[in-house]
Amino acid sequence: MFRLALKMLVGDSAKYLMLISGIVFATVLMTQGFSLFCGLLSWTFSTLRNVEVPIWVADPKVEQVNDNKPLRDTDVNRVRSVQGVAWAVPLYQGNMQARLADGSSKMITLLGIDSSTLIGAPARLVAGRLEDLRLPNTVIIDEYGVERLSQDSNKKIGIGDVFEINDHEARIVGICKAVRSFTGGPYVYTTYERAVQYVPQQRKLLTFVLAAPQPGLDAEVVALRIQKETGLGAYTSEQLMWSTIRWYFVNTGIPINVGTIVMIGFIIGAAITAQTFYNFVLENTRNLAALMAMGASTRRLCAMLMLQAITVGFIGYGIGLGVVTLLGTQLLRLGRVPFLMLWQVPVGVFVAILIICLFSALLGIIRIARLEPAIVFR
Amino acid sequence: MHPANLKPPMVNLGIDVRGIDKTFGSGDSRTPVLKQTTFHAELGKLTFLVGPSGCGKTTLLSIIAGTLHADGGEIDVLGHRLDKMKGGAVTKFRARHLGFIFQQFNLLPTLTAAENVSVPLVIQGWSPSKAEKQACLTLERVGMSNRCNYRPSKLSGGQQQRVAIARALVHEPPLIICDEPTSSLDSENGQQVMQLLRNAASQANRLVLVVTHDSRVYKYADAMAEMEDGRILRTFNSQDEIARHTSTN
Repeated sequence: MFRLALKMLVGDSAKYLMLISGIVFATVLMTQGFSLFCGLLSWTFSTLRNVEVPIWVADPKVEQVNDNKPLRDTDVNRVRSVQGVAWAVPLYQGNMQARLADGSSKMITLLGIDSSTLIGAPARLVAGRLEDLRLPNTVIIDEYGVERLSQDSNKKIGIGDVFEINDHEARIVGICKAVRSFTGGPYVYTTYERAVQYVPQQRKLLTFVLAAPQPGLDAEVVALRIQKETGLGAYTSEQLMWSTIRWYFVNTGIPINVGTIVMIGFIIGAAITAQTFYNFVLENTRNLAALMAMGASTRRLCAMLMLQAITVGFIGYGIGLGVVTLLGTQLLRLGRVPFLMLWQVPVGVFVAILIICLFSALLGIIRIARLEPAIVFR
Repeated sequence: MHPANLKPPMVNLGIDVRGIDKTFGSGDSRTPVLKQTTFHAELGKLTFLVGPSGCGKTTLLSIIAGTLHADGGEIDVLGHRLDKMKGGAVTKFRARHLGFIFQQFNLLPTLTAAENVSVPLVIQGWSPSKAEKQACLTLERVGMSNRCNYRPSKLSGGQQQRVAIARALVHEPPLIICDEPTSSLDSENGQQVMQLLRNAASQANRLVLVVTHDSRVYKYADAMAEMEDGRILRTFNSQDEIARHTSTN
């Protein structure tokens, strides 16, 4: 009977394609929406991914990693003095304008790292040497920075080229890979001391104190201890990541906008699929009644409908996921669109598609449950 | 009592329906369709149920086929009390003992002739390949062996009805229920279909029950019951009686 069910489904090619299209549409819209959402959120904590340290110490009022409420330089030593802290170094983070040789300027995200240890330096250097950051007026820019700062020029910017940050020279000594920032400014690494020179004078400039627990100690416990003993806000990398995500969730329109896209995908997909499937059942009512008259039980017919709905779901979901993956790969190659397909996204969308299919099948099942086989004689 | 209802109940008949009632609707729209209807048909006979539109033929047929519940009365089909059976048992009974031929053929449009014919066997749990082999053999019996792989849309009305006959015969059921089998066909195809049904009814352990309006095919009947206003008006138990009745009308 199940083979018969599949033949009934595939045989009506127009309806079959319509059903598949509905599921593909829903899958694409939902997966794309969720992946963009995850991508956008991953950009919000890109500093945490580019500067990989276990403990972040900030002003207690700081709610997320892009928030800048400066500390005093002496706070580095206060953190170092806490029991269980292996090391603590300063970090400056801020948005600045880079002025190029042709007079144009671009926004950058400036990171000032500890010059002696170079803790917080980029993990993946594609050109140049990290140690050269200790030379006067030097910076390391990320690959996106190369693209961005070369945008208005015929020549691609590279090692040895110079630009200005707040009228101070910045000579490129390295190019690194880095995760894109939410604000869109490329990451420019320099030493903390130089970053402080680049930035307009303020009483306090230290954005974060980066720290690590002594071997064998839990980062969370040490962070809590720092918080208690210094009165500063101290978080593990993961805590600050979630706090950042939460902040963007609550304070921006991202969840509502993306949620709307996902919801539209779900509703339209469900509407197309359910309506087409119901029509399919309606048009086959007499045939289904004939099958019932010939001895097919209601349960068996319902199982046939379920199989048809799930088959359509699997095929449509597979095609839809393939389309999004291809699209996502292309977008990632362009590098300008936030796209992150975590494993939870396809799993979640699969569950949503399954719900759409079961709902569609349920409409048909209700119809069949009320079906009198005697109608075949009318 | 109506003359048709004088015949005493018999238990060893193919069909023995006694005093059944069926009413559709409720309140003002309440319509009694069958009124204490009694009907008998014997195995080995091609039996016709005739009468004007709305007299209750199809309702009676549906009740005999177990696709509709009667409000009251006793329904004995092939020695089984249908009125006492639960839904699932009736469905199984239909699958094993009944073959159906519908007015509109009701062949599944996306299946080939062989696949359509194999449906009753597949319902009974046969493997599709075995069922299709058997279906092709049955199609041969109705002269359609060269159309096994054709879809219904590629067949004429007469050919579709022959496929439907093969579907009704494939599992060798003792009772074949036919609802207006010739009404969608021209005269020639109608005669061919009736000949096939005639052959099917020639087996001693089989009863073919045909509901029809088509007086052109009355000559094929072994027995005939005429209905009017929810009751059996007259019964004819031989071809002579039927021929006499047909000629006088």
